[in-house]
Amino acid sequence: MDTIIKKTATPDVLLTSKLQKLFRWETFLILIVMFVFVMNSYLSPYFLDPWNLSDATFNFTEKALIALPMAMLIIAKEIDISVAAIISLSSTFMGLVAQMGAPIYMVVLVGVFVGAVCGLVNGLLVTRFKIPSIVVTIGTMSLFRGISYILLGDQVVRDYPDGFEFFGQGYVYWVFSFELVLFAFFALVFYWLLHRTTFGRYTYAIGNNPDASYFSGIKVDKHRLILFTLVGAMSGVAAVLLTSRLGSTRPSIAMGWELSIITMVVLGGVSILGGSGTIAGVVLAVILMGLVTFGMGLLNIPGIVMTIIVGVMLITVVSLPVLITMYKCKKAKVL
Amino acid sequence: MLRHFIYSREGVLSLIVLVMFFGVGAINPDFISLSNSISIFNDTSILIMLALGQMMVILTRCIDLSVAANVAFTGMVVAMVNRYFPDINMAFLILLSLLIGAFLGAINGLFVWLLKVPSIVITLGTMSIYRGSTFLLSDGAWVNSHQMSASFIALPRFEILSMPVLGWMAIAAIIIVFWAMKFSVWGRNFYSAGGNPMAAFYSGVNVGKVQFYAFLVSGTLAGLCGYLWVSRFAVAYVDVANGFELQVVAACVIGGISIVGGVGTVVGCVIGALFIGVVNNALPIIGVSPFWQMAISGLVIIIAVIANASSDKNKARIILRKSDESADSAQVN
Repeated sequence: MDTIIKKTATPDVLLTSKLQKLFRWETFLILIVMFVFVMNSYLSPYFLDPWNLSDATFNFTEKALIALPMAMLIIAKEIDISVAAIISLSSTFMGLVAQMGAPIYMVVLVGVFVGAVCGLVNGLLVTRFKIPSIVVTIGTMSLFRGISYILLGDQVVRDYPDGFEFFGQGYVYWVFSFELVLFAFFALVFYWLLHRTTFGRYTYAIGNNPDASYFSGIKVDKHRLILFTLVGAMSGVAAVLLTSRLGSTRPSIAMGWELSIITMVVLGGVSILGGSGTIAGVVLAVILMGLVTFGMGLLNIPGIVMTIIVGVMLITVVSLPVLITMYKCKKAKVL
Repeated sequence: MLRHFIYSREGVLSLIVLVMFFGVGAINPDFISLSNSISIFNDTSILIMLALGQMMVILTRCIDLSVAANVAFTGMVVAMVNRYFPDINMAFLILLSLLIGAFLGAINGLFVWLLKVPSIVITLGTMSIYRGSTFLLSDGAWVNSHQMSASFIALPRFEILSMPVLGWMAIAAIIIVFWAMKFSVWGRNFYSAGGNPMAAFYSGVNVGKVQFYAFLVSGTLAGLCGYLWVSRFAVAYVDVANGFELQVVAACVIGGISIVGGVGTVVGCVIGALFIGVVNNALPIIGVSPFWQMAISGLVIIIAVIANASSDKNKARIILRKSDESADSAQVN
């Protein structure tokens, strides 16, 4: 019986248990972040240097920018696997217009615009044809990156206008890079959007029960379309930053990012089944992953070992609440 | 029966594959020669086997993203065992690859069965763990062809009736899975567990256990493919089959296996994989730059799922009453 209930019930059943309210996932994340921070500063003398810490943020800000709208999309019971391919296509178009001698603002606009169009394509396919988003975006993932390969082949574009490197390499004030400030800004924007507006509440409603939301008068398809476009546009923004940081475009840019972005979101406590999760959790998960990667880098531990740790964390995140509920159920039965 | 097949999704798909195959053959007759056909099939064998496992997983409403990492890990273990014990019996090595693959698949399956956690998250996690473990195991080093024994490399290339053993293995896998999915209760349970878990539960099917079996089979096949991959390309390294999991899922999707579970056939799955195989082999022949390959397969996936979605339209109607017909068009699945 258990199977059936778990499969059909909303994940909120799990998340509204008293234990969950006491030990919120976010609290747990804060504790881990603090632990990792202390451990890192204890293990490596180079960790607590503001410039080193600032450098470390470059590793995750671009992914984190996409993780924010992705969290909203997953809360609304959808998913987008094509984000890394959108970065590639958007970066390709930026490279092409830059080669034609476009000014900086044009290059940036094209980047964000191409991203938004890609997102819109995903959204239209999902809403018009009623295809599960995971399938659509597996297809568009190949399509978008494929178009980059057709346009660029094995070329590399490096002719970006002077000053373009600011977005990915510049600093706004002291150690605060433009990327970091932009991430902080968008984190606030998405916090407001998800937790302080009706748009955000609709997102939860759709994620918990799309049918009920539809019959309550929420324009479910339009909402999904907006979310997909938002994810696409943010991927475009990430593409601007990444292209500017690398100073070059090639079709294989950001390969495999989609899975690490989804990992960030899930690690942040967003339920993959939709309906629950917070922006704060995602931001904490992003910081945690950044700190762990950076700390291990300082200790000369290869990056791939990090992937094992992330994998274990990911599985722990989803298994732990279930194990706790199972344990509680068993206890209740005994009594 | 034949007529039924022609009008079915698989029939249309095989027609498209055949048209493509002979269309390229019209441009270059060598393409449709027997030896080239065999080599295309041989090239696609690993994809076919992995897609068969993935099909069973998808039928039960799950997804296995860890197959490619499983291939890399098992391949590395087998290659390293072979490197340090060159005289080892090949039968033992193949058994070893099956066991390791089954073990890795069982880990996925147990999480899904006992904890009922979403498979996409679990396999996303195990994907990183298996891939990372491959690195830990090999320390990032490669196992190259000169470090492999002659029989290790020769086995999948050994030709029986002018088809390499690799191709025969795929054929054997297709026949076994086809038989199981069509004629055994064990296999039919995959459809019932995915089609309607609630009904399956009340009919006495242990849905979780069926999902566990699906992951077990997928893992076992991935393990075998781990050996085959490493042997075929005569090199084992950490990034073997990187990103291949999505191509496997794509083969299933093209083959008409519904990602929401319960719908799909072995024939469709094989044709879906062959489709990708034919496209990959045909592009260089008709003089299209290989850079087009990715976009074409993406486009094909999208067209295939749109076609499948429109033939599935009746399914959504069952959920709503007739009086809600007007709302139906806007209804979400």
